[in-house]
Amino acid sequence: MMFRLPVNRLDDLFAAVSAVNSLYLPVDGNDGRASYKKWVEGTKLSSKLNTVRSAKDFFFPQTTNLCDFNVKDKEIEVIDIRADSEDFVVFGVRACDARSFTILDKVFLADPIDSYYATKREHGTIVTLACTRPEENCFCNVFGIDMTSPEGDAACWLTDEYLYINANTGKGTAFIDSIKALLEECSDEDVKAQQTTVKEIAGKLPFAGVSTDYFKKNTLLDIFNSEKWEKLSESCLACGTCTFVCPTCQCYDIKDFNTGHGIKRYRTWDSCMYADFTKMAAANSRNTQMQRFRQRFMHKLVYFPDNNNGEFGCVGCGRCLSRCPISMNIIKVIKAFEEE
Amino acid sequence: MQEVKDRAKQLLADGTVNRVVGWKAGEFSYDITPAVFTSAEEIDKDFIYNDFCAPNLSKYLIKESRKEGKLLVFLKPCDTYSFNQLLKEHRILRENVYVIGVPCTGKVDIDTVRAMGFQGITGMESDGENVTVHTLYGDKTVLKADTLGDKCKTCKSKKHVVYDELIGEDGEVNTDGARFELVEKLEKMTADERFEFWRGELSKCIRCNACRNVCPACSCENCVFDNPASGIQQRAAVNSFEENMFHLIRSFHVAGRCTDCGECTRVCPQNIPLHLINRKYIKDINEFYGDFQAGEDTETRAPLNAYTFDDCEPGIVYSRGGNE
Repeated sequence: MMFRLPVNRLDDLFAAVSAVNSLYLPVDGNDGRASYKKWVEGTKLSSKLNTVRSAKDFFFPQTTNLCDFNVKDKEIEVIDIRADSEDFVVFGVRACDARSFTILDKVFLADPIDSYYATKREHGTIVTLACTRPEENCFCNVFGIDMTSPEGDAACWLTDEYLYINANTGKGTAFIDSIKALLEECSDEDVKAQQTTVKEIAGKLPFAGVSTDYFKKNTLLDIFNSEKWEKLSESCLACGTCTFVCPTCQCYDIKDFNTGHGIKRYRTWDSCMYADFTKMAAANSRNTQMQRFRQRFMHKLVYFPDNNNGEFGCVGCGRCLSRCPISMNIIKVIKAFEEE
Repeated sequence: MQEVKDRAKQLLADGTVNRVVGWKAGEFSYDITPAVFTSAEEIDKDFIYNDFCAPNLSKYLIKESRKEGKLLVFLKPCDTYSFNQLLKEHRILRENVYVIGVPCTGKVDIDTVRAMGFQGITGMESDGENVTVHTLYGDKTVLKADTLGDKCKTCKSKKHVVYDELIGEDGEVNTDGARFELVEKLEKMTADERFEFWRGELSKCIRCNACRNVCPACSCENCVFDNPASGIQQRAAVNSFEENMFHLIRSFHVAGRCTDCGECTRVCPQNIPLHLINRKYIKDINEFYGDFQAGEDTETRAPLNAYTFDDCEPGIVYSRGGNE
C-alpha cells in the first residue's frame, strides 16, 4: 500500500522518527561528499546519489569491540561487553546497498551466526530511496538490481512534491504505522511514472550492457589461471580503498589491543589487498600482489556465486570505480575477460 | 599527444628501451591507469597523455627499474622531483631508466569536477583552456582552471629537474608561495581550533593506506604499520585516535623528503587534505634552515640530514611564538 507525505514536511517525518529511534541518513559534508549522519534538527538529506562509504557500516562497522579481558597475574577474566543494541533507522539507502545486505546476511547469518551482526540487523530498519539520477559508474542492473524499486524494509520515492513510501517487510509496515499520522494513502501512479523515466536512463547507462556470462560459463580454474590477472593487477598500489568502500566486502581480522591494564579484543575490516591478509603461522598463502588482486575479484565473481546459487558478490554501486587511486576496478576486470 | 606516443614507439623500435611506463586510457576520459607497454600495438591502442593523466609514475620505477632491460618513463615536471628524490635515496636504478619530460599545464581532477555539481560524467575533453564535460544529463564547458585538483591549483613547478630528453618547452619554478596559503591559515588558528580541524579531518580516515602506498617518499620495504610486532599494524584500531598517529608518524617520516607531489590528497577516498601536514613541515624547514626543495637535485644534503653551525636551536619551537 502506497503512502505519501509532502516534501516540505520531510523534516516533520525525520523528527517523528528521531523522537523514538536514532535516525541516520546521507548528509552532504562541506566538501560536497555525502556520508551517513545521525539526524538532528536542521539536518538536510543529501542531494548526492550515494555516500562515499556504504551502509554496511551500520551492521558491520570498521571496528567492533568483541570482548574485553582483565588480566591479573595468571588470572584472565573475560568480560562480555555485548549490550542490548538500541533500535535504529537508516534512511535513504540506495537499491545497490540494500542488496548488499542480502549478500552480507549469507555470510554473517549462516551457521555459526555472527551475533554482533545479527543483533544490529535485528535492531535496524532499512528505509530505501529509489534513484532518480544515476551516475555513469552505476551498474546495479548488471546484477539484476532495479534502482527504481529498491529492497529494504520500506522503499521510498522522492518527487518534486511528495515522498512516497511503501512497505516491503513486516518491519517496514511497523515503521509506516509509527509515522502514519503524517502520511496519506495514495495511488502509485506518480511512482510508476518516475520508474518509467528512470528506467529509460538506466537502460542507457554506459555499463548497462556489460555481460557477466564469462564467469558463469568458464571453470574456476580456467579463470584463476588466466594470464590476464598479471596485466590487470600490474599497477595496483595494494591499498585497501576498494575493499573498504565496498558494500559487500566482508573480511575482517581479529586483534587484541593492549590498553595497559587489560586487553580489548576487537575485529577490524581487513583487506585481501594487504600483504599479511590471512597470514598463517607457517607462511602467507598469497605472496604477490597479482594473487591478492585476483583473490578479490575471484571472490566476488567466482567463489561467492559458486557457493550461493550463482549470485555475484557485487551490487554495482560503482564505489570502487570512483575511488580506486589507479582507476582499476571490477568493470575493467569483467570487460577484460568478456573480450575473449 | 601524438608526439609522445610516436617517441615511445621509436625508442621501443630502435631497442633503446624494452618497455614504456605510461598512462593507459580507461572507460571514461578521467579514469587513467598507470601501465607498462611493451609494443607499438599496445601504445597505439591504449597509451594516453593528456590533461587527465595525474598519476605520478616515479614510484613504480623502484620495482620496474630492477627488472630486465632499460625502460622509458614519461615524467611531468612535478614527477621529476619525486624521481630525483628516489635517486638520492638509491631507490631507483638510474642506468635502467630513460626519462622523457612531458609538459604539464595542470591536470583535471574528477572529484573537483563532481564537486562543481556535475553528475553522470561520461567523458571530458580539454583544449588546455576549457574543459567540456559530457554527462548523462547534458554537456557543459567550464574553465580548466576551475577543474584542477589540489596538487595542481598551487603547482610548485613547471620545470623538469631531471630528464634524458624533453618534449615541448620547459617551464619555470613557481615562486609565488601560494601553496602555503592554507598552511598559514592553519597556523593562525588557536591550538584548540587547529586540533579540532585535524580531528575532524583525520577522523574520516578509513586506514586504507592509499596515501602511504601512492607516496613516492614511502618506500620502506616493510612499513612499521605492516609490522605485527609494532602493535600498530595497518588495520583500523579500536581507538580511533590512532588514525591521527598513523598520519603524524607517516608525515614525520617523510619530512624533508616529501617533494609535495600531492598524490596523498589526490587519492584519499575521504578527501582529507593530507598534503597540508607535509606542507607545514616544508614551510617550517624553509623558515628554519633556508629554502629547500626536496628532489630539486640529487646532491644537496637535506637540512634534516645535515648539521651546520647556522642551524636553528631546537628551542626555536618555543621561542618563535605563534598561537598557543
